[in-house]
Amino acid sequence: MATELFTLDDLKRILLEAAGADEGVDLDGDILDTEFELLGYESLALLETGGRIEREYGITLDDDALTDAVTPRALIDAVNAQFAAARAA
Amino acid sequence: MTGPAPASVVVTGLGIASPNGLGTQDYWAATRSGKSGIGRITHFDPSGYPAKLAGEIPGFEASEHLPSRLIPQTDRMTRIALAATDWALADAGVTPEELPEFDMGVVTASASGGFEFGQGELQKLWSQGSQYVSAYQSFAWFYAVNSGQISIRNGMKGPSGVVVSDQAGGIDAVAQARRQIRKGTSLVVSGAVDASICPWGWVAQLASGRLSTSEEPTRAYVPFDRDARGYVPGEGGAILILEDAEAARARGARVYGEIAGYGATIDPKPGTGREPGLRKAIELALADAGLAPGEVDVVFADAAADPELDRAEAEAITAVFGPRGVPVTAPKTMTGRLYSGAAPLDLAAAFLAMEDGVIPPTTHIDPSPEYDLDLVVSQPRSARIRAALVLARGHGGFNSAMVVRAVDQHVRGIAS
Repeated sequence: MATELFTLDDLKRILLEAAGADEGVDLDGDILDTEFELLGYESLALLETGGRIEREYGITLDDDALTDAVTPRALIDAVNAQFAAARAA
Repeated sequence: MTGPAPASVVVTGLGIASPNGLGTQDYWAATRSGKSGIGRITHFDPSGYPAKLAGEIPGFEASEHLPSRLIPQTDRMTRIALAATDWALADAGVTPEELPEFDMGVVTASASGGFEFGQGELQKLWSQGSQYVSAYQSFAWFYAVNSGQISIRNGMKGPSGVVVSDQAGGIDAVAQARRQIRKGTSLVVSGAVDASICPWGWVAQLASGRLSTSEEPTRAYVPFDRDARGYVPGEGGAILILEDAEAARARGARVYGEIAGYGATIDPKPGTGREPGLRKAIELALADAGLAPGEVDVVFADAAADPELDRAEAEAITAVFGPRGVPVTAPKTMTGRLYSGAAPLDLAAAFLAMEDGVIPPTTHIDPSPEYDLDLVVSQPRSARIRAALVLARGHGGFNSAMVVRAVDQHVRGIAS
């Protein structure tokens, strides 16, 4: 799994499983740089999302990666950085 | 008593989720006509367990009532409680966003917490490992979770809390809500919803040794009957909107009635031979309401369906009201015992009975002649009801009693 690329579609699917979606938020819109808080996902929802990503892709995300990633783009980058690290190892 | 009379606290909204009816209208129509919601468990296969019957709420689909954002983080009991709260607020004509957030509080009761959610997470822990346990397990199982989720969803930041005293908790929570209103919070969401009909919840309940193992839905839970053999558990309850009577009147709210009196006691240590505490709880509630026994028009019994507990309850009622001195009913024979949810549902039934002029029946029982009770059996009984007494006992010796009263002249009397 660690050779794939983690995409926005992957993130959206896991977000929906982990935390559903706020009414009035269009996850299909241009959300890459919208902060998670504005999308209706607080820290616990992100903790759950991070846990699901780790389980599904067999990686470990630093706690900082989750708390520092305030937008989908930042979280996707953090996950793909882990993939790259796994490939290099 | 010295000083000014404490503020009158009234109920302005009801939200009901019961095994014999989802929503107030369905529940009351079923309860009036003696329709039972008790049947063989469908939530899981009960064939391997000694008790196989329960009162399950029919047709509750959480996704029809709640946003998807709440589904992954809530147990069934919380989903039902949130929906019932929505209905109660709508019934009261209250839009929380329009009210000051610190003027609204939440006090519910809980007997077991979210067992079904917890069971799922424990199964993941054992079979897949700790990283598979949901982050939401940190709160989704918790006794206080209904109060927490109700307050978050509705932006209620006033005094909140949870009471845990088994079935008595349903009354104790409403009493605590009344205290908070008397201290100055204008609206409190109260009542309780319990729901733990899942294998883990079931074995926990079986451990009490008080569950009926009968497989006949009409004869499994028969309090005050010679064949009383334990109780059938159920899920659900009721959410009540409590308000300061002045505030309710100022906004022109429809009022179901007043929370007029409350009393709570603990039974003496087993083996002491001292009288159980239920009679004292009734007397305290009547004194708090300022009512004589003769002014109570109906008693909603706790109805444990355990011979010893039935006798204790019958003796307490008879000691206060005299032999066959007051109509007694237990519509929970149609729902099973709902733990914390039972007494709020009985309070709701008491208000609906007042409105309708009808005492709902205790179904399917053949009253034992041993008890000198005027039980309303089989058919509803027409009655003018101005005041009702609701009783609830919790495992371990909790006794709680609450008097509710019609308000039309009474509250005006206080205001004048």
